[in-house]
Amino acid sequence: MTFLYLAPQGAVDDEVLTIIETCLWANFGYEIRQLGSSAEPEYAFDLRRRQYSSTLILRQLVVKCPPDAARILAVTEKDLFIPMLSFIFGQAQLNGTVAIISLARLRQEFYGLPSNRMLLLARVVKEALHEMGHTFGLIHCPERTCPMSLSTNIHQVDTKGSEFCAGCRALLRENIGATYEQAANIMRAED
Amino acid sequence: MKTRWEILVVDDEEVMRESLAAWLREDGYDVNTASSGRDAIEKARQKDYAIYFIDLKMPGGIDGIETMMEVRKVHPEASIIIITAYATVDTAITAMKEGAQEYIVKPCNPEEISLLVNRIIKIKNLQRENTILRKKLTKQYCFHDIISKNPKMLEIFQLIQEIASLRSTVLLQGESGTGKELIARAIHFSGDRAEQPFIGVSCAALAETLLESELFGHEKGSFTGAVTQKKGKFEMADGGTIFLDEIGDISPKLQMDLLRVLQERCFYRVGGSEEIKVDVRIIAATNVDLQQAVLDGKFRDDLFYRLNVINIRIPPLRDRREDIPVLARSFVERIAHELGKEVSDISEGSLKLLLDHNWPGNVRELENAVERAIVTCRGRALTEEDFTFLTPRVEANRGWSVPANVTLQELEKEVIAATIQRTHGNIKEAAAALGIDRSTLYERIKKFEIPR
Ligand SMILES: [Zn+2]
Ligand SMILES: [Zn+2]
Repeated sequence: MTFLYLAPQGAVDDEVLTIIETCLWANFGYEIRQLGSSAEPEYAFDLRRRQYSSTLILRQLVVKCPPDAARILAVTEKDLFIPMLSFIFGQAQLNGTVAIISLARLRQEFYGLPSNRMLLLARVVKEALHEMGHTFGLIHCPERTCPMSLSTNIHQVDTKGSEFCAGCRALLRENIGATYEQAANIMRAED
Repeated sequence: MKTRWEILVVDDEEVMRESLAAWLREDGYDVNTASSGRDAIEKARQKDYAIYFIDLKMPGGIDGIETMMEVRKVHPEASIIIITAYATVDTAITAMKEGAQEYIVKPCNPEEISLLVNRIIKIKNLQRENTILRKKLTKQYCFHDIISKNPKMLEIFQLIQEIASLRSTVLLQGESGTGKELIARAIHFSGDRAEQPFIGVSCAALAETLLESELFGHEKGSFTGAVTQKKGKFEMADGGTIFLDEIGDISPKLQMDLLRVLQERCFYRVGGSEEIKVDVRIIAATNVDLQQAVLDGKFRDDLFYRLNVINIRIPPLRDRREDIPVLARSFVERIAHELGKEVSDISEGSLKLLLDHNWPGNVRELENAVERAIVTCRGRALTEEDFTFLTPRVEANRGWSVPANVTLQELEKEVIAATIQRTHGNIKEAAAALGIDRSTLYERIKKFEIPR
C-alpha cells in the first residue's frame, strides 16, 4: 500500500494542512500521511533574490522520499522561484513523485491587503490540486475554470475553480486507475 | 490530432535549464535541453524545434548569439528567444540584428513568458494549417498528375477530356521536359481505353532497324539475332494507346511504315507476310517544329497531316511561371518522401529564385533542381543556399561570347535589363553591380525604355 505524503517545510498553518489532506484524499483516492515536520528550507535560500529555490527543495524531497510514498506534496510559507522566473506559486515533476506549493503569494497580505482566511484556503486547494495533478500526468488545461489551467498571477488563481473538468478527470482516471475509482466513490458518498 | 510542439532549452547552468524545461513541460511541450552551444547546434541538426530558448552567456567558445546563428543556418525560420541575465542595450541590439525574434531578461514574469510562448506557437499552428491548406490547393490544380493553374494548361486539360475517348491521332508539341508523356497518359487514362494498355516508345533511342522491329515485331530468323518471333509495341498496344515520343527523329523508311499503319490500321512484322490488324490510338510527340521539318523536306507532309489531327502545344515552363511554386512544393513533398528526407517546406526566398530562373529544361529541370536541393538540404525547408547551383557562376561566363550582329547599344540595354532583373528592381544594387552611378543608370533606363 502506498500513501500520498504531505510534507510541511518548516512551520505551516494546521488548518491549511488539514484542508489539503481532505481535498487530496477526495480527488486522488490515496490515504494521506504527513512526513514528520522538517526544518525551514534554509539550504534553498538565494541571498541575491531573497527567495527559495523550488528546484533545490524538490531535489531534497526526492532524496528523503519514503519507500511507501506514491507522491509527496511539500507546503511552504516561503516565496519560491526558479532561475528563469520572478516567482512561482508551485512546481511539480510532470509524471513524477514530488511537488511543492508556496503559501506566500496566496495570502492577501502579500498584496498589501487585509488577511482573508477563506480566500487563502480556497487558493490553497486549487494550487494543491494543480501541482498534484501534474505528478499524475496532467498538463495545463485550456478550461479557465479547471484547477489545471495555468495561473501566472493571483487573479487567475481566483478565476479557476477547485473541481477538475471532465477532460482532466478522464485523464486522471486513466492515470490513477483503481484509487481514482475509490475517490470517486468517496465523493459520491458525500453528495 | 494535435501534435506536441518541441522546445529546446539551451543553458550551461543545469538548474536553470532543467527548471525552465520542467515549467514548460507542465504546459504540455516536449522539452529537450542542451548544456552548451555546441550541444544545441548538434541537437538542432538532428531535428527542428518550435522554439529555442538560448542563454546569451555561455562559456566554452560558443555564446548565445553564435549558437543562434548556427541554428539559423540549419533552420532559417527557427523561432529563437535569447535569454540574458541583465539587459544591456548593446547585446539586445546585437541579438535583434542577428535575427532573434525575442529577447528576455531573467528573471521574468511567468505571465510574460507564457504569453510569448503562446504567441509563437499560435503562429506555428497557423503556418501548419497553411501547409495543409496548400496541399489541398495543390490537389485542386492536379489533373492526372499534371499540376497547373495556367490558363493555357487548363484549356489543355479541358481539351484532353473532350478528346480522350476518340480514336483520332494526337500530336503533342512542346520543348523537352514540358511533360509530353504525362499529357499522353492523361489522354489515355481519361478515355474509354483506360483499362487497355498504354505503351510508350522513344523513337530517338533506337537505331532504325531496331526501332522497326520494336514497333512492328519480327518473325523468327528475319535477321541475325531474331531467334524467336517477337511481338511489336503496336501489337502490345492493341485496344489501347501507343505513345511515340520524338517522332521527328524517325527515318524516311519508318515514316512510310507509320503512314501505312495510320491509313490502313494494319502492318506486317519484320520478315513476316501475315497482315496484322490492330486497334491502336496513336499519340505522337515532338520537341522539334514538325511543320518546319516538312518545309525542309525532312518529314513527310502526308504523315504530318495524319498525325496532326488533334494538335496540343504544351507551353514551356517560362510561359507558365505561376505554376512554379505549386510544382516546386509538390516535388518537395514527393521527392523528400522518396529520399526519406525530413524536408517539408520551401522558403519564400528560394521560390523567388526559382521564379526568376529561365528553365530551358522546363518542368523536368525544375524537378531535378528540387531533387538536387533536397539531397544537400540540412534543414526542414529548402532555402536559397540549397539552390546556389542555379545561379550562374563566374567560371561559366568565361565561355560567353558576343552574339553576332549586335550593336553596342543593344548589348548595353541587355546588360542593364538583366542586371535590374537580377537585383529585383533594386536600382542602387544594380548601379553598384554595373559600376556606374545611379543617375547614369536612371538615364539609361529612360533612354532604352527598360521595364523595371
Ligand atoms: Zn481541465
Ligand atoms: Zn502548472
